[in-house]
Amino acid sequence: MPRPGFVLDVDKSTPPTLFWHGEGFRLEKLPADRSRVIYAPEPHDAIDDVDGAIRTSLLNPIDMDPLPSLLFPGMKLTIAFDDVSLPLPKMKRPDLRQRIIEQVLTMAADAGVDDVHIIAALALHRRMHEFELRHALGDRVYDAFEPRGLLYQHDAEDPDNLAFLGTTDQGEEIEINKRAAESDLLIYVNINLVAMDGGWKSTAVGLASYRSLRHHHNPTTMEASHSFMDQHASELHKSTWRMGKVMRDHGPKVFQIETTLNTDTFPQPFEFLSKREWEWKPKDRALYLGAAKSLAKTPPRLARKIFHGIEAPHQMTSIQCGEVEAVHEVTTQNVYDQQLVEVEGQTDILTMGIPYICPYNVHSIMNPILVMCTGLGYFFNLYRGKPLVREGGVVILTHPTTPEFHPVHHPSYIDFFEEVLADTRDPHVMSQKWEQQYAEDDWYRHLYRTTNAYHGVHPFYMWYWGSHAMKHVGKVIIVGGDAATVRKLGFTPASTMNDAFEIASDTVGRSPTITHIKTPPLMIADVK
Amino acid sequence: MKALQVSRSVPRLGMARIASAISPITATKLGPLAYTSVDEPELPGPGWRRVNTRLAGICGSDLSLVEGHASLYFEDWVSFPFVPGHEVVGELDDGTRVILEPVLGHEARGFAPPFDGAAPGDGDDYAHLTTGRLQPGIQTGFCCSTGGGWAPQFVAHETQLHRISDDMPDERAVLVEPFAGGIHAALLAAPTVAARQDPSTPAIVAVLGAGSMGLAAIAGLRRYVPDVRIIVGARYPHQRQFAKEFGADVVVAPDELPRAVRRAAGCHMVGDHLSSGAHVTIDAVGTSATVADCLRITRPRGRVVLLGMPADVTLDLTGLWHRETELKGAYTYGTEHLPDGRTARTFDLAIETANVLRAERLLSATYPLSDHVDAIAHAATAGRRGAVKIAFDMRKEDP
Repeated sequence: MPRPGFVLDVDKSTPPTLFWHGEGFRLEKLPADRSRVIYAPEPHDAIDDVDGAIRTSLLNPIDMDPLPSLLFPGMKLTIAFDDVSLPLPKMKRPDLRQRIIEQVLTMAADAGVDDVHIIAALALHRRMHEFELRHALGDRVYDAFEPRGLLYQHDAEDPDNLAFLGTTDQGEEIEINKRAAESDLLIYVNINLVAMDGGWKSTAVGLASYRSLRHHHNPTTMEASHSFMDQHASELHKSTWRMGKVMRDHGPKVFQIETTLNTDTFPQPFEFLSKREWEWKPKDRALYLGAAKSLAKTPPRLARKIFHGIEAPHQMTSIQCGEVEAVHEVTTQNVYDQQLVEVEGQTDILTMGIPYICPYNVHSIMNPILVMCTGLGYFFNLYRGKPLVREGGVVILTHPTTPEFHPVHHPSYIDFFEEVLADTRDPHVMSQKWEQQYAEDDWYRHLYRTTNAYHGVHPFYMWYWGSHAMKHVGKVIIVGGDAATVRKLGFTPASTMNDAFEIASDTVGRSPTITHIKTPPLMIADVK
Repeated sequence: MKALQVSRSVPRLGMARIASAISPITATKLGPLAYTSVDEPELPGPGWRRVNTRLAGICGSDLSLVEGHASLYFEDWVSFPFVPGHEVVGELDDGTRVILEPVLGHEARGFAPPFDGAAPGDGDDYAHLTTGRLQPGIQTGFCCSTGGGWAPQFVAHETQLHRISDDMPDERAVLVEPFAGGIHAALLAAPTVAARQDPSTPAIVAVLGAGSMGLAAIAGLRRYVPDVRIIVGARYPHQRQFAKEFGADVVVAPDELPRAVRRAAGCHMVGDHLSSGAHVTIDAVGTSATVADCLRITRPRGRVVLLGMPADVTLDLTGLWHRETELKGAYTYGTEHLPDGRTARTFDLAIETANVLRAERLLSATYPLSDHVDAIAHAATAGRRGAVKIAFDMRKEDP
């Protein structure tokens, strides 16, 4: 029986806590009697017969007819799937998307469907590399569809292949992939890593254009989403659900397939990362020491390669398909069942170790903008109820935060860092003053469409993602980061955790309460 | 009198060149420059005046000479031994303070000017620079007949002298000559700016380097070339600050300049070249790398102005050929035709600009001639030591 999440009150006998620090780790001794560490629940049991569960689900959807009955000869069938940003780390082959799509294709073939397109729903993310598509879909699907132009990636900048579906009652425009919009059936294959994923966000975001996305990917919406992990308190989700209504009324029939994963995140020899420090055995300590020491001597480029080569052992814990909203309700509950940890009250200081990966740097570099987004956009929002840190409190991140950018994946990030952050860090100001220029820059557009670059506007979205946290907290400190880069982000650099606590004392006094959210593995703090 | 003098010595030039890679102090000690007793120069003829040096700046071209990097091109255009120093504010025997316009032009050498009212730098035949009543020398500070500013006294022709008012401090006046050079380069951008395809948006002018010349070019662009967006690549924080104060719209680190120009032009980056780019780029550094950088960020049929003295460079000119880029030298000053239709002497514009911008802010340190080793070392490392202009102060030297 897996143990639930746990909140450890730190006392004098508590061993040091492991913090992520990019492609490395730190052990930090947190002050006794006023610190606590939140540990994720242990991985739930996986479904043994994954293929059987997929088939059962496809034949028994929620609030829709079984998939085979929706398929007929001559129909236009489109299968869209989550892109490389999910799951994290990438899962061991065969990927769930492959297993699901292969069964869907078998049913389609049985029904005589011969007009099938498979689309990576990447919105404004970068195009996936061939090896990433093969990893997600398997060689059989890739080789059967890609050479014939039937497997491709959504292009949010191709005006000839976008369809306008209408506007919501609040004037939000919905423009999505034309092939998907004109299909008799749109099947969406999702991997729900966190409660934010899935639902209408899959199709109304993943297959949308900038024209559509700007209605919710903006500072006002993001600032009012408390949090992204709680659909009913998230303006982002409310906007997406309004768009979903328009899609339901004017768009294609959508057959949503959602899956959830357990929190079994790290394979050998990194499994100590998922364990609670006081339960480390000599082998775990040896592995930690070996990993930490060798990583300290490893060139960053090589360390990055090692970490991005990790394939997670996480396994499917549920699959449900059918009508979007009904499916998503079950999915969300399953995510909560795995990830929720009850936490009593807020804290003065929230600490987070920022790892080597986030959804936007798979096989890439965690650049400073993404450090900010991972800390303040993602980890800060891993809550339901209230933020873990009180209003006006301090967030302390640990990460090297070097001014490194992947020139192919993140070209507009470099300019954003150099130009926009030199001018303003205010999400509202930058959205008014700079966003359009970056969104419409012809070179970024060209790179997004023809190479593996994120869209020109993407760094803005990453910055907006942290706008709720930036408004909420009084100070952000990064421990062990490049000082000039940290300052450029508008944060305060500190060499050690103790220095950070000293700096924080100006904001929260000399005996603040401290909470460390030890993630990954992923969790959601249910703050009472 | 005691002065700094450069003699023709191939071994010393060679040693200075080698030593400069290690230390400017060693290069100065081993090089062709000596602190020595020299005779006061004779007045070459009518119209010549004796000038008592007050302040004399150290310029990049002086440094390249002292460090043995100057081009062999100058072999036939200078005469040894000479006293360097062409950024000078001095005093006539009657106490009048003057700024030196250093070019040894037609009238100084006893020839008729190329046109009425010509400045010393005007004309399209430089034969006079090696003939006439003086030994060869493109300007004061490179001619054995006149002496130069790195001595308590030298001689200058009336056509070279600009009298200044009492309210102009020496520290400002010594910056006028480099300002004139920078303003001249800025005005060389004007024809390309005026002829741009789309006059509805400002022309982009990039400036690479923000030492004293680069800063002067920025000031010249802002004051005399209308409708330009000035983007500057500056290495050091104090240079960036000055660049902004002098009128730059965008100031970035030099390696960020291509991206900054691309953003302004809204163009693509194709390989290491911009598909479009700056209408004009001013290179205020003058190395192979910076000239190549300028060619990469200048738009097709644009102009690259070489303000920094380039010496030997190695360049791939395929891009220049393909893009029909114009490479334009910007050595000196003379008579300028401004975009607003006015005609003016560059030095008058420089005096005006130096007064408006309080150019003395750029004078970072002064040294007596006897401390020339330290002075030159300071000038050679000015940027990273937070300095802009270093000068010799002879106001307390015995003539």
